[in-house]
Amino acid sequence: MKTISEIRADFPVLSRQVYGRPLVYLDNGATTQKPRCVIDAVNNVYTTYNSNIHRGVHALSDIASEEYENAREKVRSFINAAKKEEIIFTPGTTGSINSIAFSFGERYIRPGDEIIISHLEHHANIVPWQMMCERKGARLRIIPIDDTGEIIFDEYLKLLSEKTKLVSVTQVSNALGTVLPVREIIDTAHSGNIPVLIDGAQGVQHGTADVASMDCDFYVFSGHKIYGPTGIGIIYGKEKWLTELPPYQGGGDMVDTVTFEKTTYNELPFKFEAGTMNFAGAIGLGSALDYVLSIGRENIESMEKELLRYATERLSGIRGLRVYGTSGRKIAIISFLLSNIHQYDTGLILDKMGIAVRTGTHCAQPVMSRYGIEGTVRASLCFYNTMEEIDMLGTGIEKVISMFEK
Amino acid sequence: MTINQVQDKIIEDFSVFEDWIDKYNLLIDMGRDLPLIDPKHKTKDYLIEGCQSKVWLYPEFNGHNVTFTADSDAIITRGIVALLIRVLSDRTPDEIIASELYFIDRIGLRQNLSPTRSNGLLSMVRQIKLYAMAYKAKTKQL
Repeated sequence: MKTISEIRADFPVLSRQVYGRPLVYLDNGATTQKPRCVIDAVNNVYTTYNSNIHRGVHALSDIASEEYENAREKVRSFINAAKKEEIIFTPGTTGSINSIAFSFGERYIRPGDEIIISHLEHHANIVPWQMMCERKGARLRIIPIDDTGEIIFDEYLKLLSEKTKLVSVTQVSNALGTVLPVREIIDTAHSGNIPVLIDGAQGVQHGTADVASMDCDFYVFSGHKIYGPTGIGIIYGKEKWLTELPPYQGGGDMVDTVTFEKTTYNELPFKFEAGTMNFAGAIGLGSALDYVLSIGRENIESMEKELLRYATERLSGIRGLRVYGTSGRKIAIISFLLSNIHQYDTGLILDKMGIAVRTGTHCAQPVMSRYGIEGTVRASLCFYNTMEEIDMLGTGIEKVISMFEK
Repeated sequence: MTINQVQDKIIEDFSVFEDWIDKYNLLIDMGRDLPLIDPKHKTKDYLIEGCQSKVWLYPEFNGHNVTFTADSDAIITRGIVALLIRVLSDRTPDEIIASELYFIDRIGLRQNLSPTRSNGLLSMVRQIKLYAMAYKAKTKQL
């Protein structure tokens, strides 16, 4: 196995400086850095075989199409889907959820129906459902959370009814780091024949994301949060659903025959891939998944567990620091506030010390409202972070306190 | 002092310090001199959109000059508003409209105070100028 310095050397951005100090990148929940192999893979597309996929008769188009389909196979294998046809490329998680919300709404939703989400959702798993509910006269129901940031499972059970048409929940809270009991959520919904979508944007990169063992009906995630390029994402859908759902967008490549009277659609997965897809991004994502596998998902999980343990210990010792999200099942995210210091002030001063964190609502305003706060400072770590970086964060926070506590 | 004389003075105040921490400490200190908005005006009407922290800005016009009081829930933002008010408060609408703010670029905090950092600086300046334009239009009508 690679040492931590070998791992860090794989990520060019990690060795740079900001304001003359070494970068401490703790904003991995927003986006992750890219290993050299991903940068090279995308670069290689454009320097050696760029050509539109599924269209040309010529050599380059063949190579590009083959590499694109190889990437699809890598995604399939990574999340343990049964078939390649169940993997759809999208621009990202937001695009994935919008697409499913639209298609599912068109096909199945009637006035009075209900969709269940949780209080922990990112806006991307709230707003598309609200839009669909508004269009269809349906209703959005919310699973509440407790003070530790865990969903209240009994309340979820109470929300399920014959009106429920879909449950859409996140695998991991982006604002607090809570890992949801998706297996139990899915099993319970399935006992009432209700399909479940899992938003894997914050889950897929931390440990295993096995759609077969979860038995979810849909799984979505973004490439850029798992060390891949921006602008590429995934919908996994069970074949049964993807066959029944109407396409979200029309255009080239998603059709079988087109006349002005009637268009018949292409088979899966192409039915959902209208227009020229981001094939360079897809190929880069394939390379990112290879990289993750080369490090080993169990290794990543245990490294991140250790980082979380150390960060929690180091930061909890700081006077006046309150951590939001204290579940025993968490990924390496520490969302916190310092007493009487605005998150924006904290973030700005940490930035000047070279420490990149996110401040604000993290696109999860309902979570912030639940705690009666307007935002937090979020340090989101991943396996390439180090204990030294956590110490630098700790020292940085202490400096912030000394600056503002005068 | 003219608007530009005040800007030059601020640039000079900041130039004393080399280290960014000292510059921030100065900014924080300046925030303490902010003419505070009357709490009763801390309403949605006077809240400036586009800031990660909350900023309230209240204008008053005596027929000649516009003065501003303000507040923010973030201390650094309060320092930024204090600087803007020091430059632009108690001026005629014409002075405010014609002003060109160059001090921000020259006090050594540009990276943190640039408009892209969602600190609301741009929104604050725009709002101050909008008030000035509104008062100017009002005087013309009278």
